[in-house]
Amino acid sequence: MAEVTMRVWRGDASGGDFETYTLPKNEGEVVLDVVHRIQATEAPDLACRWNCKAGKCGSCSAEINGKPSLMCMTRVDELPEGPITVTPMKTFPIIRDLVTDVSFNFAMAEKIPALLPPPMPAEGYRMFQEDVQRGQEFRKCIECFLCQDVCHVIRDHEDNKEHYAGPRFLMRIAELEMHPLDTNDRREYAREEMGLGFCNITKCCTEVCPEGIHITDNALIALKERVVDAHYDPVAWLGRKILRRTKRTAAEAAVQPAP
Amino acid sequence: MTTSSPYEHHEYDVLIIGAGGAGLRAAIEAKQRGLSVALVTKSLLGKAHTVMAEGGMAAAMGNVSAEDNWKVHFRDTMRGGKMLNNYRMAELHAKESPDRVHELEQWGALFDRTKDGKILQRDFGGHRYARLAHVGDRTGLELIRTLQQKVVSMGTDVYMECKVLRLVHDSDGRIAGCVAYWRPTGEFVTFAAKAIILATGGVGKAWKFTSNSWESTGDGQALALWAGAKLIDMECVQFHPTGMVWPLSVRGLLVTEGVRGDGGVLRNSEGERFMFRYVPDMFRAETAESEEEGDRWYEDHNAGRRPPELLPRDEVARAINSEVKAGRGSPHGGVYLDIATRRSAEYIQRRLPSMYHQFMELAGVDITREAMEIGPTCHYIMGGVKVDADTTATTVPGLFAAGEVAAGLHGANRLGGNSLSDLVVFGRRAGMGAADYIEGGQGATDFNLAEVEGAIAEALAPLEHTGGESPYDVHRDLQEMMQTNVGIIRTGSEIADAIEQLETFTERVKNLSVPGGRKYNPGWNLATDLPSMITVAKCTARGAIERKESRGGHTRDDFPTADPEYGKINFAHSMSGGTWDGEITTERSPLLVMPDELASLMEEGK
Repeated sequence: MAEVTMRVWRGDASGGDFETYTLPKNEGEVVLDVVHRIQATEAPDLACRWNCKAGKCGSCSAEINGKPSLMCMTRVDELPEGPITVTPMKTFPIIRDLVTDVSFNFAMAEKIPALLPPPMPAEGYRMFQEDVQRGQEFRKCIECFLCQDVCHVIRDHEDNKEHYAGPRFLMRIAELEMHPLDTNDRREYAREEMGLGFCNITKCCTEVCPEGIHITDNALIALKERVVDAHYDPVAWLGRKILRRTKRTAAEAAVQPAP
Repeated sequence: MTTSSPYEHHEYDVLIIGAGGAGLRAAIEAKQRGLSVALVTKSLLGKAHTVMAEGGMAAAMGNVSAEDNWKVHFRDTMRGGKMLNNYRMAELHAKESPDRVHELEQWGALFDRTKDGKILQRDFGGHRYARLAHVGDRTGLELIRTLQQKVVSMGTDVYMECKVLRLVHDSDGRIAGCVAYWRPTGEFVTFAAKAIILATGGVGKAWKFTSNSWESTGDGQALALWAGAKLIDMECVQFHPTGMVWPLSVRGLLVTEGVRGDGGVLRNSEGERFMFRYVPDMFRAETAESEEEGDRWYEDHNAGRRPPELLPRDEVARAINSEVKAGRGSPHGGVYLDIATRRSAEYIQRRLPSMYHQFMELAGVDITREAMEIGPTCHYIMGGVKVDADTTATTVPGLFAAGEVAAGLHGANRLGGNSLSDLVVFGRRAGMGAADYIEGGQGATDFNLAEVEGAIAEALAPLEHTGGESPYDVHRDLQEMMQTNVGIIRTGSEIADAIEQLETFTERVKNLSVPGGRKYNPGWNLATDLPSMITVAKCTARGAIERKESRGGHTRDDFPTADPEYGKINFAHSMSGGTWDGEITTERSPLLVMPDELASLMEEGK
């Protein structure tokens, strides 16, 4: 009978090593199935996150043979022959085995100034498909944080985490900026507080996105262009000088009461 | 109230257990009332089962079919539920869901649009008109992300990967809080709260083939029952007609009803559109008689009646089951769902992107060219905690419940699209109900630490016990047993066997052993889920043996038709004694009687 061999990193913040498991191979399985079978037999305490097992919740992110991937959407029979290596996401601190502390992402999400729509007309807002479509692409995001994991700005430079929101949350800013109802302006905030300038458009984020979102081309570059327009336009510059004291800060805008 | 707890301790006005659509919407409401609010979720924020909802949320806005209104939606919901519904919940839901959809737009949701810029609505099973607001086939993701972002922008405290073990009372029997454990550290934590809202979802993980994620382990239903609340309609379990059947590793994974709403048809191995043979009398007048008539409807809704593929889910699931049993199934034990014949590749990829993706990646099937193999999968429990329609209050003071964990709105069978709207309509009402209760000054006065210690001792037992059984083995056997004995088609002797076996499962849980420590230990977590799943399974089996008829999500081989007498009652389960394996009492509880003006709506448009 055909077999599958999996090398799984096991350990915690204090250190760890690979454990190798060999199991019979089943037709059509994904990596997460094999991890589950390991849990059900040899290692009931093997830690991994998962919820939907359908590529919709973005919980089971890990690095499979070194590539940031969803375990539930990676078929075993599509990986090269030989042992499969599964490691936790590198960019985030280890909790245990394949589970990492992704709280950095939730902290970034909290900082983003919220949507500020105009009051809703009695019959509801009118928006057109071509206007909502751009935002809809970004809202396909399942928050698996693989783009955050792969982004070398924080993957290789821990210090940058303080100043850099990462592709997921820069894309969220782009989404809000392009939202047909939004009246807020986050362009300066994206530049000053969220580290948009750190992104040097290597497109690694786009490559690992399981939803196929064109993060770099459609969100990050578009946001950079908007920021440049705002920041280096002399009229806008003058406007900022004059309005600096009256304009709501991003942090204040973020806690605007519900419409 | 100040509490001295020996554990990490937090105090709030309102504590919400579960951070799916209902919990998040409840948090927004309670927060807007100026209360201190926290959400506790056993997963990360934004991962709840709500993300799995695909097709849309039902709201009679009339954007596509101007004839639609709340009365038709009410009638569809009641008829879909085989009249076992709490009529008042169905009324509130039908009236309020359009406002809840519009409100989501204010918070950033981007629904698909009609040509004139309104929210587009799609057809779904059991809904007379195109009624489901949607975003492609990922509407649940849009709903949860929108609510999550709103909750975060309001500065709500969220306790992630924190699993609640037991509710705690005060000395007068009111809800006073709960005890939980942090999954990353394994440490215990207590919460004191004036009111608790349960929004924990369903229990699909007690069955083998299910569309549900690991989280659906019946926690809320069990917490409520253990705390003294009543559960009703637990025998009414929805098997969604279209789950994937192959590969085995994804068996049960949901295939949205939107495939049928958008033109997909069902065929057996002989190529026959068999649904035409399964139209029940209740729906005959509004269902197409021939393939030609059904086909005309797809192009123009006024040119024919709806095809039978769009009957309510219970009807379609039973029909598929019968076809497979009769030997007309597909190679992997399902039937065929075909949209490729009617629709272009571009249309399918635009309308059903996740389905395209899911079949391509997981099964190697291109749904723009080939038919899908599908079969019924355990999807939803209509039963749950008995609540008051207007306030979502349970029978325990201070305890509220909304969403799948609560019962009543859907009766014996839920219509597709009525779940997402349920979450926001009753999530909001739960927030209001809890706030009113607190403002009425009825909050708890003390905190029963003995209950905390009891729950902690129970939770730690599998870690301290050696040589016992693995929770994975017990769970696998439970799923097999429930699938076989209390599945889509049931019979008295098998249910009786299940009831007996569930006692054995209870004993097996007491003999669990889990290796490893307390820190992020999934085996241990499963051990803490098993008492909930078994408790809920017991109520399902008890309801199933008592209901000697077939109605909606409860089909009895030995009583194949509906019995009007059973249509007047729910079976209500309660437990006393304070331990999870206490004696369950099951009694008949009469349905609310519909006022005449609503009853008259049921006769219209038949």
